[in-house]
Amino acid sequence: MSDLQKQQYDVLIIGAGGAGLSAAIKASAAGVKVGLICKSLLGKAHTVMAEGGVAAALGNVDERDSWEVHFADTMRGGQYLNNPRMAELHAQEAPDRVRELEGWGALFDRTDEGKILQRNFGGHRYPRLAHVGDRTGLEMLRTLQDHGIHQGIQFHMECTVFRLLKDGDRVVGAFAYDREKGRFSLYQAKAVIMATGGFGRAFRVTSNSWEYTGDGHTLAYDAGAELMDMEFIQFHPTGMVWPPSVRGILVTEGVRGEGGILKNSDGKRFMFDDIPDLYVNSTADNEDEGWRYTQGDRDARRPPELLTRDHVARCIVNQIKAGKGSPHGGVFLDIAWIKEHIPNAEAHIKKKLPSMYHQFKELAGIDITKEPMEVGPTTHYAMGGIRVDGDTQMSTVPGLFAAGECAAGLHGANRLGGNSLSDLLVFGNRAGDHAARHAKQFDHVAISDAALENLKKEALAPLDRFDDSSSDAPGPYQIQYELQDFMQDLVGIVRVEEEMKDALGKIGTLKERVKEVAACGNRQYNPGWHTALDLHNLLTVAEAATRAGIERKESRGAHFRDDYPEKSEAFAKVNIVISKEHDGGMNIRQIPVKPQTDKQKTIIEENV
Amino acid sequence: MAKTQFKIWRGDKEGGDFEDYTTEVTEGMVVLDAVHQIQAESANDLAVRWNCKAGKCGSCSAEINGRPRLMCMTRLSDFPLDEGVAIEPMRTFKIEKDLVTDVSWNYKVKEKIPKFSPRPADNADGTWKIDSVDTDRVQEFRKCVECYLCQDVCHVLREHDLHDEFIGPRFLVHIAGLDMHPIDIETRTKQLKEEYGIGYCNITKCCTTVCPENIKITDNAIIPLKERVADDFYDPIKKLMKIFKK
Ligand SMILES: Cc1cc2nc3c(=O)[nH]c(=O)nc-3n(C[C@H](O)[C@H](O)[C@H](O)COP(=O)(O)OP(=O)(O)OC[C@H]3O[C@@H](n4cnc5c(N)ncnc54)[C@H](O)[C@@H]3O)c2cc1C
Ligand code: SF4
Ligand code: SF4
Ligand code: FES
Repeated sequence: MSDLQKQQYDVLIIGAGGAGLSAAIKASAAGVKVGLICKSLLGKAHTVMAEGGVAAALGNVDERDSWEVHFADTMRGGQYLNNPRMAELHAQEAPDRVRELEGWGALFDRTDEGKILQRNFGGHRYPRLAHVGDRTGLEMLRTLQDHGIHQGIQFHMECTVFRLLKDGDRVVGAFAYDREKGRFSLYQAKAVIMATGGFGRAFRVTSNSWEYTGDGHTLAYDAGAELMDMEFIQFHPTGMVWPPSVRGILVTEGVRGEGGILKNSDGKRFMFDDIPDLYVNSTADNEDEGWRYTQGDRDARRPPELLTRDHVARCIVNQIKAGKGSPHGGVFLDIAWIKEHIPNAEAHIKKKLPSMYHQFKELAGIDITKEPMEVGPTTHYAMGGIRVDGDTQMSTVPGLFAAGECAAGLHGANRLGGNSLSDLLVFGNRAGDHAARHAKQFDHVAISDAALENLKKEALAPLDRFDDSSSDAPGPYQIQYELQDFMQDLVGIVRVEEEMKDALGKIGTLKERVKEVAACGNRQYNPGWHTALDLHNLLTVAEAATRAGIERKESRGAHFRDDYPEKSEAFAKVNIVISKEHDGGMNIRQIPVKPQTDKQKTIIEENV
Repeated sequence: MAKTQFKIWRGDKEGGDFEDYTTEVTEGMVVLDAVHQIQAESANDLAVRWNCKAGKCGSCSAEINGRPRLMCMTRLSDFPLDEGVAIEPMRTFKIEKDLVTDVSWNYKVKEKIPKFSPRPADNADGTWKIDSVDTDRVQEFRKCVECYLCQDVCHVLREHDLHDEFIGPRFLVHIAGLDMHPIDIETRTKQLKEEYGIGYCNITKCCTTVCPENIKITDNAIIPLKERVADDFYDPIKKLMKIFKK
């Protein structure tokens, strides 16, 4: 192929968020040649948007915290569908990873003793989130980026992987196009790490960017890897709802961590009315206790606003359904009220939540130090993803690793806030380490020109299909919007079998239409073409999420079924796994949850 | 709701021009929404960068009615819409296509700046004792989202095209963030003077005016760095300024 660029790396990393950069830094420290590809510019990955903080049991604010408590909190939050080995490693290694970041220049907010300050977050027993105001992700990503550019890693920015390449069972490289010119590249690699993030763009209301089209999930699935827990999609309780154009943009849980409260149109603080059994003992039963908790009173229990996200999101939906929502279809989130308790509330809010202050001021014309915000649930995070080994992060396909949001296992049925940023560091690091080891055992494999030629044809098909008659056919954006609309309505926060089946039918129809989709223009920086190519990924993850949702006939964590509103004993014991059949169909099966060791069981019993 | 006229610059490095588009503007819309709407309705291949839509990633920089702004943080209600809105790429950088510019120069500049190097850890567990008061100043610089709007507006780069001699306000902020970092021990003053061209800055403050993060680039980063350079070289600022004015 004449215009094909060729690169060879020992370890190829796809994605430049926290997971990808951590992996790249670790792999290159292991002495192998590392290349990293990302769809956007370096420093723009989703991680940059994270706000609240990174969870690690440093015990700086409350010395009672320990990795054991963090482990138990994570398991409980995930309703015990988590891979316990991952939850264990995560809790054990997160503190070291956070300290390592400090050594690379990250500057977290401090305690009075000059240590890293930690804040409260939903589902975490003790103040555990290291943070920098409400721009923790920026601090983390920039630190990794500024450290990473000096480690001999080769970066290929604005380059999108279109397909993974295999030799027999093993993944041996990737085929990609660059956005600027639409040139194709072959990346040969002895090990590939997926660090591509999530798939919130399958829904209409989301906090996620254009990048979140489930590419990594789909690339891995098409290459024979298994996906797990795809039914568990986190709807964050607090996204902006007004004005319409900002609908879905995240309002950090940090607002509630700093004392913000949720109210309905009657001015009632409704969260006290519905506290799940699992949390009754650890939740405040009056407003004063809740307030004291947010201010660091160690004897107080958490306010119900800081219950897990799945629960808070459903309580908000119930208020709205009961006609007690705010004018634009949300509920009220009030941080201004803290002036009843503290003298310099305005300055305090601006210091603790600067980007929230800025975001509401600029985008909604609201001063959060004076007025309540309007918020409602937004599609935020995919707990499900590529099934990996807990220690090595290798998928079920040799040579293919996954870390960060695109990997499954750590979070089970629901992720705790702050546990993603720490996930990226811990498992990015582990994936980098094990991928480097794996790479050292293999040589590069030649890839046939014919195969590459076919991929090129496939990638160019939407452009080739375009002619003047196509201008009437639905464009790539229309298909994407259609998918987002029905996924939001039919596979959203509250699900029933009939609607999900309806969604499956619609996905089937769109799959046919995608075969005809045409994109105008040429190969040069053409978002229409890129969107057309992403549709296959979006449809694959949408189908996987829907099928898994139908399969799990119970309500647990982020997956709530109106037709099966209770938890089921049987489903408590299984994860749902999806893989591709030889004929291209989607295989779905249940596998037993990875058993807890005796030691893990004891820790959970002692700490829940 | 109203139909509004937009002029969007279309083209590539070979050349281009403004093209007219019309789209419906609804309450609360920002410029980026309009661009996306136009992209979906009538210009599928319109090239534009964005990620977060909330001013956090610094991807969507452009010049809107001649002013460098983040498209996602610029509300259409700020403009008299009957006069239309003109959107064009940042002019300091080479065009890739439409609103997308080649910002790779910035990445190269950053790579050559000596990286963060901490003093030995204070505590046995490898951690440092850092006081809150010492973080505040540096955290201002670390808010930078690398939108490069300050680079776009700085006349040293924009008009005088001194990309080889001057690293621009973004990287002076970056160096301020490193040099004033409470545990960094590297010094970068020699490079500031000899390689990074800090002397070219004549404190016009245009960079500060456009910074979406409200970083006081000139007062808090550049002037203190100039003072450091002056202290280290006994070389009064005035002399550098003269060189520039020549
Ligand atoms: C607004 C917001 C706030 C959040 N706040 C918090 C928080 O406070 N605490 C917390 O723990 N978590 C938070 N999260 C979640 C957390 O930020 C993400 O889950 C996490 O950053 C994902 O990191 P990642 O490294 O897995 O992927 P990302 O950072 O998303 O990076 C994905 C990378 O993959 C690349 N990529 C994708 N597809 C391809 C392809 N086909 N080819 C090449 N490259 C590709 C992308 O370009 C990108 O570089 C938040 C999320 C959002 C949206
Ligand atoms: S103050 Fe200096 S750096 Fe900023 S725009 Fe003016 S000349 Fe450029
Ligand atoms: S200093 Fe401000 S204007 Fe310059 S790149 Fe950073 S955020 Fe943008
Ligand atoms: S899209 Fe991120 S700053 Fe505008």
